[in-house]
Amino acid sequence: MDQPVVQIRDLRTYFYTYEGVVKAIEGVDLDIMSHEILGLVGETGCGKSVTALSIMRLIYYPPGKIVSGKILLHGEDLVVKSEREMSKIRGEKMAMIFQDPMSSLNPVKKIGEMMTEVIRLHLGVSRKEAQRRAVASLAETEMPDPSYVLKQYPHELSGGMRQRVMIATAISLKPELLIADEPTTALDVTIQAQILRLLKKLKENLKVAILIITHNLGVVAQLCDRVAVMYAGEIVEVGTVEDIFERPAHPYTLGLIRAIPRMDEKGDRLVGIEGNIPNLIDPPTGCRFHPRCGFFHAKCRMEKPNFRNLNQSHWVACHQR
Amino acid sequence: MLKALDLLDWRDRGMEYAYRLKEFRYTLRRLRHSPLTLAGTGIILLFFLTALFASWIAPHPEDAGNAVHMEAGFQPPTRNHLFGTDDMGRDVFSRVVLGSRISIMVGCIVVFISFAIGVPLGLIAGYAGGRISEFIMRAADMFMSIPYLLMALTVAAVLGPNLRNAMIAISIPWWPIYARLARAQTLMVKNELYVRSARAIGASNARILFRHILPNCLAPLVVQSSIQFGQAILTAAALGFIGIGAPPPTPEWGLMVSIGRTYMPDKWWLTFFPGMAIFITTLGFNLFGDGLRDVLDPRLRR
Repeated sequence: MDQPVVQIRDLRTYFYTYEGVVKAIEGVDLDIMSHEILGLVGETGCGKSVTALSIMRLIYYPPGKIVSGKILLHGEDLVVKSEREMSKIRGEKMAMIFQDPMSSLNPVKKIGEMMTEVIRLHLGVSRKEAQRRAVASLAETEMPDPSYVLKQYPHELSGGMRQRVMIATAISLKPELLIADEPTTALDVTIQAQILRLLKKLKENLKVAILIITHNLGVVAQLCDRVAVMYAGEIVEVGTVEDIFERPAHPYTLGLIRAIPRMDEKGDRLVGIEGNIPNLIDPPTGCRFHPRCGFFHAKCRMEKPNFRNLNQSHWVACHQR
Repeated sequence: MLKALDLLDWRDRGMEYAYRLKEFRYTLRRLRHSPLTLAGTGIILLFFLTALFASWIAPHPEDAGNAVHMEAGFQPPTRNHLFGTDDMGRDVFSRVVLGSRISIMVGCIVVFISFAIGVPLGLIAGYAGGRISEFIMRAADMFMSIPYLLMALTVAAVLGPNLRNAMIAISIPWWPIYARLARAQTLMVKNELYVRSARAIGASNARILFRHILPNCLAPLVVQSSIQFGQAILTAAALGFIGIGAPPPTPEWGLMVSIGRTYMPDKWWLTFFPGMAIFITTLGFNLFGDGLRDVLDPRLRR
């Protein structure tokens, strides 16, 4: 954990819909360090995926648009890059794997076609060389019998194998940043554990920075070095896994951790956070969490809280702490 | 000496062939459960084989051209002339058999032209959306509202009445059919996750469109092409019939029906046999197209 690979500064991504402007991301600041796994957690619709897609510049206009802010990849601003420059960067400098490995592979293409396509597109190597690299990449993901898998179609593979293929494709060009958007949500538990172990191993072997998006705090606790908690388009707390789980500072983080069902406590009801995700067309004033917060007072409604650091690694945006 | 790697490779290939065979057998089984599709396939096969071996099958291949045997005119079907002879004494059977080549040419070229114009435009319209889509699709609407017969007459009047111009005239109002189909498919496919993941690995727009989206749109387009092939033959025959298609003495089926019409009803074989050829061929392509849709559409698989 030394150099930042990606620095996001005051990022705003809006979606222009018939009902109004959805401010999906409102002023996000985030650093992703090299050689770390950063977890991005939050409820559905809080802007986790939009953040990831913004980094990849995969927000489609219309309806979405990055309105302002900077995304610096080693100091180079991605927001101002042209589409052509971006397609050189995507896949080579940073890669993304998606939630559902069932539908993120093209059903009419063999695995080999897809994997060699990426390699040849970026490196311009021969078919044979690309094939060799694809096999090596699959082997890296502990895929059994890689050269045979290259000849198969996606529907012949299981969910776990497909996610391995996705990961192998993503790492085949040794990117510096790997974004994983809920990589285990569609998989069953035993496969989930395998994939998580694999991601951890890749971080060690390839020195790749991984941004993992999830709403599963169990995954975060197991896998991540640092965690960023997102709420309604804003980051409310950032810290190491220990900071977040042992000393959660933001009431929302507290609520999330309390909501984890525990096997050793046999309660009648599952604990949740009162209320719903706010409407992002017309978000609450001041602190966006105040309508659902148990600790709120007048100031929370009036004033947007600034980030304050609690210790070297732990930052929170809350008036109370 | 065999190396272990070779063995592995052999096993791989074996499994690949086994898999292909399985797919092929599956297709065959579907076909067997649908006698109409089988009939369509049979007709098309027969049609293509006839065209391929026409010069060997036809007993009097020279009759396709300008040959005249006045003394042998208007003979009813006999063993010597299976379909009888026409006003010039030419063997109708030979002419019908050789006419299949012209029909294949018409079908191929018309389908090719309208496919080659319509599919890329439809893909672009579906993928780009917005103003580009509006422009392309309204242009398509315009072309669709031109009556093809009028179009054919105009083209014939301007460029001269021959088969090439007839094919152009048929293709022009037909490309919108492909454009619409391709656009609808693209709209469905472009939001799939695999398109997004193709973009995430750095594929350009053109690559995404033609390498990732097009292959997923092909099935309905192939079905449409098969049906269109029959329609093209039918339409070309209609143009031949009204005299703006192939010029005489081309053994074009529509033209033959048209010439035979003068001698109806007593010299019925002049119109009946080429007419039947048109009818059966078109029917064959329609049946085949329908069957193909059932085979290619995974939702209909059981």
